[in-house]
Amino acid sequence: MNPRFEPITGRYLHLDLLGKAHRLYVEEAGQGIPLLCLHTAGSDARQFRGVLNDARVTQNFRVIAFDMPWHGKSSPPAGWQDADYQLTSRDYVRMILEVADALELDRPVAMGCSIGGRIVLHLAHEHPQRFRALVGLESAAYTDAYYDLAWLNRPDVHGGMVCAGVISGLVAPVAPDTERWETLWHYMQSGPGVFKGDLHFYMLDGDIRDRVDQIDTNRCPLFLLTGEYDYSCTSEGTLDIARRTGAPATIMQGLGHFPMSEDPEKFITYLLPVLEKIRAL
Amino acid sequence: MIDKIAGLVNADPRLVRRGRFVDTTFMIAIDDAPTLLRVQEGRVTKVTQGPFITPDYSFCLRASRSVWEKFWQPLPPLGYTDIFALVKQKLMRVEGNLHPFMANLLYFKDVIAAPRREIKR
Repeated sequence: MNPRFEPITGRYLHLDLLGKAHRLYVEEAGQGIPLLCLHTAGSDARQFRGVLNDARVTQNFRVIAFDMPWHGKSSPPAGWQDADYQLTSRDYVRMILEVADALELDRPVAMGCSIGGRIVLHLAHEHPQRFRALVGLESAAYTDAYYDLAWLNRPDVHGGMVCAGVISGLVAPVAPDTERWETLWHYMQSGPGVFKGDLHFYMLDGDIRDRVDQIDTNRCPLFLLTGEYDYSCTSEGTLDIARRTGAPATIMQGLGHFPMSEDPEKFITYLLPVLEKIRAL
Repeated sequence: MIDKIAGLVNADPRLVRRGRFVDTTFMIAIDDAPTLLRVQEGRVTKVTQGPFITPDYSFCLRASRSVWEKFWQPLPPLGYTDIFALVKQKLMRVEGNLHPFMANLLYFKDVIAAPRREIKR
């Protein structure tokens, strides 16, 4: 009997990111237009398992999903123990461009969720010429903090359990149980302070409300997909970006903040029409 | 609704197990009507309706009756599916010593949402 492998290949990429040596875990599948996938805060590229495994996507797209440094199988850089992790807009943008360069991607499509959905707005604003198209999943220009982030990293509270607890309600109540709990598991596995460090970008540094009007979707098409149950990046937040940029937006029924992970099959029915439009560009 | 919580939680061994280190008393306030729920080793062992003169509890979840009624529907409307969704919209306040709540968040979320299951039956 042959071993039953998925078509996903995982490898470690050596590169300098933000001036430091990194060993980055990268998964990919498929061929064609490069589609660079950006996971949510405090999770990792496993969230894109459904997209990487879907032949309808991979027959025309080379899907690439990497674990950001500190996340998943990408360790923090040497010396990490001496500083708190804190993601900034500047570093996040540079990281994406440097990863795309290291992989020698020619004008990839970048698709990000949550913090990834925010950073594609920054990419659209600052580097439209570098991308064929951008796809924002759960994109909002800004999100208010609605709990004290200090709870996410303190020795008397289990970090994995509190991170999963905080985000659990962002999964749609109608999501399949297996995928819901796998989505939570990714959060339970996050390193101490990593989710909190990502949220520095999400709730503070990454606020782009004052620049949304300057995004020119003629220079780089932007597509927006948001789950109806997402109360963090709300439908209203996404529709506001759509109104201000002209980007087409779809509110996805029966999905929450982690569409590609909480219900991959349902999500891909929304993604495929967007990918068709990108192919036709 | 609130009187159903103890029976529903205690009949769910997976939930009791998840809360096996919890030992606290917390309050649910519906409008101005408070109820204290005592939790020991994951079981809700005592439910006391107010009013109270000097209530002793760790944390309190406070919302209007109409908010709680929507929250406890088997499939709540958009925006009412989760405690933090309500907090973000300022429809619910979580007050007091939040340590037991945050340290056992997955447990308390299911305890507080337990009445949804009662309506389903």
